[in-house]
Amino acid sequence: MMRATDLVLVLAMLLNFLVLGSSRLSAGIRAVALQGASLSLLPLLLHDGGAPTIHLMALGLGMLGLKGMLFPWLLFRAIREASMRREMQPLIGFTASLVAGILAAAVAFRVSTRLPLPSAPVSSFLIPTALTTILVSFIVLVSRTKALTQVLGYLMLENGIFLFGLVFAREMPLLIELGILLDLFVGVFVMGIVVFHIHREFDHIDTVHLTTLKG
Amino acid sequence: MIGLSCRLLVHVAVVLLAPPLLLGVIGKTKAFLTGRIGPPILQPYYDLWKLWHKGAVYSRTTSWLFRAGPMVALAAFLVAALLIPLGSQPAPLSFFGDVILWAYLFGLARFATVLAAMDTGSSFEGMGASREVTFSSLAEPALFLGLAVVARQTQSLSLSQMLGPALAHAWAVSAPALGLVAASLFIVLLAENARIPVDDPATHLELTMIHEVMVLDHGGPDLGLILYGSALKLFVLGMLLVQLFLPGMPWVGLLVLCLLIGAVESLMARLRLVHVPRLLMAACALAAMGLLLVWS
Repeated sequence: MMRATDLVLVLAMLLNFLVLGSSRLSAGIRAVALQGASLSLLPLLLHDGGAPTIHLMALGLGMLGLKGMLFPWLLFRAIREASMRREMQPLIGFTASLVAGILAAAVAFRVSTRLPLPSAPVSSFLIPTALTTILVSFIVLVSRTKALTQVLGYLMLENGIFLFGLVFAREMPLLIELGILLDLFVGVFVMGIVVFHIHREFDHIDTVHLTTLKG
Repeated sequence: MIGLSCRLLVHVAVVLLAPPLLLGVIGKTKAFLTGRIGPPILQPYYDLWKLWHKGAVYSRTTSWLFRAGPMVALAAFLVAALLIPLGSQPAPLSFFGDVILWAYLFGLARFATVLAAMDTGSSFEGMGASREVTFSSLAEPALFLGLAVVARQTQSLSLSQMLGPALAHAWAVSAPALGLVAASLFIVLLAENARIPVDDPATHLELTMIHEVMVLDHGGPDLGLILYGSALKLFVLGMLLVQLFLPGMPWVGLLVLCLLIGAVESLMARLRLVHVPRLLMAACALAAMGLLLVWS
């Protein structure tokens, strides 16, 4: 069981780098979707002993359905309808992004050893993976300026926060997690619409240009 | 003493005879996957025989550097082959820290090849040399980060011990990290041996090529030395990867590796030149992740 948890966490960690290194929007969307889907296994893997409760099943299935299927579908639809360019066009080059990602992972591993925690985490990779995912999502948010890539960064950020929340799994009630999922769903849904409208108004979805006035 | 020299003889004989077979197996795999019959598996041996029975032609603008290049490279690969253990037998030559010598022998061979390429004065070969050096400077960190993971987990800096019994224990303790290292080293292997996602070993006259363009002016016995050297390099690097990944059965692993390389070459297109650094950085990222995993 421990081994499976570690493998899921390492996979989530590697998908961070895939997002940083991929030049295609669709590859990024798939990577983030796969990350969300693999993380949805964690509540089931981490709970101790006995048959999984109905709540855990609901949480896992809800995450899988939303992050693994619905969000990518919404984002792919947004790409199709806004007929946007399918490349990432980052402000920081791919190689530099990957180096930044490695540094972020190093920082995360360093910090995770000295973080005071109420209880020992279930896996020694949990905190580093959570912190790396959060830091990498910041890199994505800062360096990829398209509205759609902002959504991707936001989703990765949520994945990281979810992972971090697993440290306190005993204390985190199910309702809060379901609430977060609902918020996320509404968020992505609204962003999908906003992306479409920005595209219709401005003929592009580059957030850098949003600060300049139109008229 | 007799046992020792016997082992040495067997090691040297295997190292000298086996490498071209790998090229043959890769060629046969590619032919099979593309629906052709392909050249016989022993074809690289025939090629080497043919090349070594030809005369050599040297340009008047070249100096001794040009002639030394292939020999120095082959000698470096041969020494590297003496440092790597084959299966359960430790390597004939092994001392503390030999892994660093091993890695830099490839650097020495590259240096000699690059000098020979630049000695011709051809801008074409200079371009290939510059590409080769650029990409290898990105592949080397990945190789060293990966070796550092193995060295840390087996508590030794000698290849014979790193690939010895301590490795099984390392796999039991840190399988994810070693898996990442194996993936990273596979990319390094493809890049170092001028295999397809990075370079195409079959084209000699294409502008995007890297390694092949450096040896354009070599002919006859020199080209034979280079061909043999590249087979030996593939053998040595492949041996490292295989013994890391499948401890205990190097020959089966080597066959699987050749089939894998053949499959990759048939299924993938060569990457655009600007994308190669990203692939190598990804290899570095994988190895660095492995190192972070074992360090935490």
